[in-house]
Amino acid sequence: MNRLLDLVAAVGRGALGACEATGRVILFAVLGLTHIVRPPFYGRAFLRALVEIGFFSLPVVALTAVFTGMVLALQSSIGLSRFSADSAIASLVVLSITRELGPVLGGLMVAGRVGAAMAAEIGTMRVTDQIDALTTLSTNPLKYLVAPRLLAGMVALPLLVVVADILGVMGGFIIAVAKLGFNPHTYLADTMRYLEAGDVISGLVKAAVFGFIITLMGCYHGYHSRGGAQGVGAATTAAVVTASVLILALDYVLTEMFFTK
Amino acid sequence: MSESIPPGPKIRLRGVTKRFGDKLVLDGIDLDVAPRTSMVVIGGSGSGKSVLLKCILGLIAPDSGSIEIDGQDVLRLPPRERDAARARIGMLFQNGALFDSITVADNVAFGLLALKKATRAEARQRAEEVLAQVGLAASVGDLSPAELSGGMQKRVALARAIAAVPDILFFDEPTTGLDPIMGAVIDGLITEQVRRMGSTAIAITHDMASARRIGDRAAMIHKGRIVWEGPAASLMDSGNDMVDQFTHGRREGPIQMELRR
Repeated sequence: MNRLLDLVAAVGRGALGACEATGRVILFAVLGLTHIVRPPFYGRAFLRALVEIGFFSLPVVALTAVFTGMVLALQSSIGLSRFSADSAIASLVVLSITRELGPVLGGLMVAGRVGAAMAAEIGTMRVTDQIDALTTLSTNPLKYLVAPRLLAGMVALPLLVVVADILGVMGGFIIAVAKLGFNPHTYLADTMRYLEAGDVISGLVKAAVFGFIITLMGCYHGYHSRGGAQGVGAATTAAVVTASVLILALDYVLTEMFFTK
Repeated sequence: MSESIPPGPKIRLRGVTKRFGDKLVLDGIDLDVAPRTSMVVIGGSGSGKSVLLKCILGLIAPDSGSIEIDGQDVLRLPPRERDAARARIGMLFQNGALFDSITVADNVAFGLLALKKATRAEARQRAEEVLAQVGLAASVGDLSPAELSGGMQKRVALARAIAAVPDILFFDEPTTGLDPIMGAVIDGLITEQVRRMGSTAIAITHDMASARRIGDRAAMIHKGRIVWEGPAASLMDSGNDMVDQFTHGRREGPIQMELRR
């Protein structure tokens, strides 16, 4: 009987802990967001974060997009040729990329690259007292460290996804024309035929949400890390894992919101 | 700077208590620091010294008690005035806590710019002045903190703490990790700057030579309580068993090291 109670207690503790952690993250997010709109603003910190997240992630996101587009064209031609529906390849590639794969795969790549680096940087600042030092120098760490990064994430990810969309379609185009023998003009015309503004815009909205999630997880786990190098390592792992899982889960939620009526 | 010195202590703590989980870290601390004097706080590792400083700085909120600076209870001030009170305190962190993403000069000028006391050019000039006061050449300003030796990092951290001419200065183990000669040099700089600015200082240290050089008065903290207070000059022959054991580094005595929990 006691063992059973222990089990129940453990489950309860876990559930309460999860609720508490969720609440803390939400509080942190709300505080971070309010500091984006309240002065003073740290333009330099924002620009530095924007370059770090946006510009330096271009190579990984570009490569991911090109290869994804290529694979999509190849795979769909194998599948669709069985039904002699080759002309649908262009639409399939462009819709998959803009609606789903651009934002999701781009987000996952950036989560690995930027989320980890951000958690490590802020975590190191925490364990070496630099965050306390900010406070003693009349600077709110949430305003100086967190708000600029959150904003940069929400701005940079949509820009990256625009690039990913274009390169992904280009990847599909290369395979379709060079390997599958499509006429370039017909392929491009097919690409544009069923594409609507909403497809691209929904992808960009997703990207902004993912950018927020990635930077939020990086900042949150870094900010609350403790216990030296090991703590920073744990924060880095947690930042990447939680951001990746949340991206996949929120992708479903957002798709449900955008595309089911 | 020519304000008249208010009567009574500059810093006055009464019954400051702080508990982390079930560990009582501060157990009713009463401490007075007279204006323009230096108080040295000694005590074993984990006796609550750093927590005490963080409470006065406002980085940690005590559970009960009052902390008065110039007769104002800072714990009960509205946030804006509490920030203003905090801006008058300079803090030298144990390992410097220099911001490693910006240059030495930007570190030193950080507080001035945050308080909007100076333009960028003025702040840069002031940074060079303060660096000169701690014996560093202006060219050091362009280096990044990681390029400096431990002793130089301490000097830069001291420069950053005094740049805004605070009327209260805190030093957390200023000589830890330095060789004895560099320790003496840093102590010399500390006493010189504190005297020049007419500041009130609290220093935490394990280093008895340093304690007698920096302090006018000394207090010993053990298990979250002040167990002795007296002139710093009498630290080595205080007549208090606990202080004697600590300052002479004896294994046997009233203080039992808790090695196991």
